[in-house]
Amino acid sequence: MSDRIFGLVGLLIAIGFAFAALAIEESFLSDAVGPKAFPLIIATILGLSSIAIALKPDDAPTWPSLGRFAEILAAAVVMMLYAELLPVLGFVIATAFAAAYLTWRLGSGMVATVLTGVGTSVGIYVIFHLVLGLSLARGPLGF
Amino acid sequence: MDTFMSLADGFAIALTWQNILLALLGCFLGTIMGALPGLGPSNGVAILIPLAFTLGLGATPSLILLTSVYYGAMYGGRISSILLNIPGDEPAMMTCLDGYPMAQKGMAGQALSLSGIASFVGAFFATWGLIFLAPQLVKIALLFGPAEYFALFALAFMTLGGVSSTNQAKSAFAAALGLGFAMIGVDTQTGVPRFTFGEVHLYDGLDFLVAIVGLFALSEVFIFLEHRHGDADGTASKIKVGRLTPPLSMLKQTTPTMIRSTLLGFLAGVLPGAGASLGSFIAYSFEKRLVDKDGKTFGKGDPRGVAAPEAGNNAAAGGALVPMLALGVPGSGTTAVLLAVLLSLNITPGPLLFSQNPDVVWGLIAALFIANFMLLAMNIPMVGLFTRVLMVPPRILMPVVAMVSFVGIYGISGSSFDLLVMVGFGMLGWILRKFDVPLVPIILGTLLGNAMENNLRRAITIDNGNWLTLVDSPLSITLWVIAIVGFILPLIIGRKVKSKMHARRDEEGSLAD
Repeated sequence: MSDRIFGLVGLLIAIGFAFAALAIEESFLSDAVGPKAFPLIIATILGLSSIAIALKPDDAPTWPSLGRFAEILAAAVVMMLYAELLPVLGFVIATAFAAAYLTWRLGSGMVATVLTGVGTSVGIYVIFHLVLGLSLARGPLGF
Repeated sequence: MDTFMSLADGFAIALTWQNILLALLGCFLGTIMGALPGLGPSNGVAILIPLAFTLGLGATPSLILLTSVYYGAMYGGRISSILLNIPGDEPAMMTCLDGYPMAQKGMAGQALSLSGIASFVGAFFATWGLIFLAPQLVKIALLFGPAEYFALFALAFMTLGGVSSTNQAKSAFAAALGLGFAMIGVDTQTGVPRFTFGEVHLYDGLDFLVAIVGLFALSEVFIFLEHRHGDADGTASKIKVGRLTPPLSMLKQTTPTMIRSTLLGFLAGVLPGAGASLGSFIAYSFEKRLVDKDGKTFGKGDPRGVAAPEAGNNAAAGGALVPMLALGVPGSGTTAVLLAVLLSLNITPGPLLFSQNPDVVWGLIAALFIANFMLLAMNIPMVGLFTRVLMVPPRILMPVVAMVSFVGIYGISGSSFDLLVMVGFGMLGWILRKFDVPLVPIILGTLLGNAMENNLRRAITIDNGNWLTLVDSPLSITLWVIAIVGFILPLIIGRKVKSKMHARRDEEGSLAD
């Protein structure tokens, strides 16, 4: 069943991709093939393989429980927040929070969480910024 | 004779302090990454690429660092296979079969050192194979025109799924998805934006490094969050390593095994779409069939069952570099990632690489030899150090992996948008791995999509819009035939091999080497 849904979604993506390809504005200066042809070939392959997946599905994968699924989504949200807040908070603070969150969710205790978070952040800062000279996001406090 | 002259030049390039230190660092990091379950060679190299760039390393030093990581990971994978019965990476899967029983018998040290020697033999002779085979392949590749290149790319995609995926439709899907990602951005030939949806950040196209790190490294973090592998803490301490030198009789017994497995592994590596996992699998099964017909000793701690897969996977790792360097078409996951390095350094891999950048090629090959000796030294006397690394629990390791990935990508572009795209790719990678869709074709599609399209358009433009020009020369017809056979054959005979291979597969091993 999972694969049938997957194939259907794939087919929709392929159709969407084909429409987006047809909508490409051609410039007046074009080669014999043009910018649309190859994307249309890709859309065809994408569509055909999706149909094949839907028609001959594999065994369904073992899906995680709703709780685990929420766990993964939450981690993705935290990572996105991290991406947005990195230039605002600065590298050290943002990274400490993000690393702490991840290690906490992977099963660290309270003390270990704080230590891992701060340790990861400061460790990376020292090795990559101070020793190797990589430029990291600079926050209001200068680090 | 030319070959040896070039090789000597290569050693002159590789033997600078900076390059030796980089090789040493690469070997060390690679062995650790290979040994840690959940961090394979493709992950390891993927995480380090952005760092190599932001550190401003040149082409040769970057490649030396990253291929040392690649070779190192191939060595390191066996450590956790033998000590914990958990493959450190997918190619080391077969080493569990006899390595762990050996460790249970109290022969862990002997298994480790024997497999270290087998790894060395495999990698050493495969590097020689690379030296002699790659220039021959270059000679053929110099005859290629745009139409032949288009056929070659098609061949790479159609055979990539081959033996390693369970479902050809899913491989095709993955390849098309990757090619689709490559189409995003301004069309190089006419200058019109495609699939950008008005988002200015997308005009330059998706950075394939963002896609690689997201798909490989971040999806691994999500997999760990799903399963919460916290329970593997510190099990390595329970097993005694014991004596670290294999007895001479054991070496003698396994020498023919190593030679056979090296040959098989190298061939498996050169073939497109196979890679190191297949190399170790073939080497092990062949050896089992040859020396243990009744199934008495294999699987119960036979030293030959440790030597075969290790020689096989390391030889395959060297073999996989042949098509990557000579044709610019990688055959495995990690070589695809290494191709990304070359492309980002503005070096076009393929036949011209050998004439235009001989310093890069031969410097790299010399560095591989040096790295091999370093790895032998690291992996036998110092193996105890690496067994201690295994005690780092994933709950500490995974946040570090995630954060280093972010640092690397942010270091290249300094843009939050790229980080968001990377998280998106991480989620996508997790979902696709659940569906057993291989990730390597996606990477390859993203990497090669533009080159493939350009060759198609060039071929047809040269022939005034005649599409039949694609199948106009004997060379391109041959390539198409191989491609089609390579795509259809696994549908018929592949199921058997696959089901055998996947029966032994760890749930987190869905990345190809």
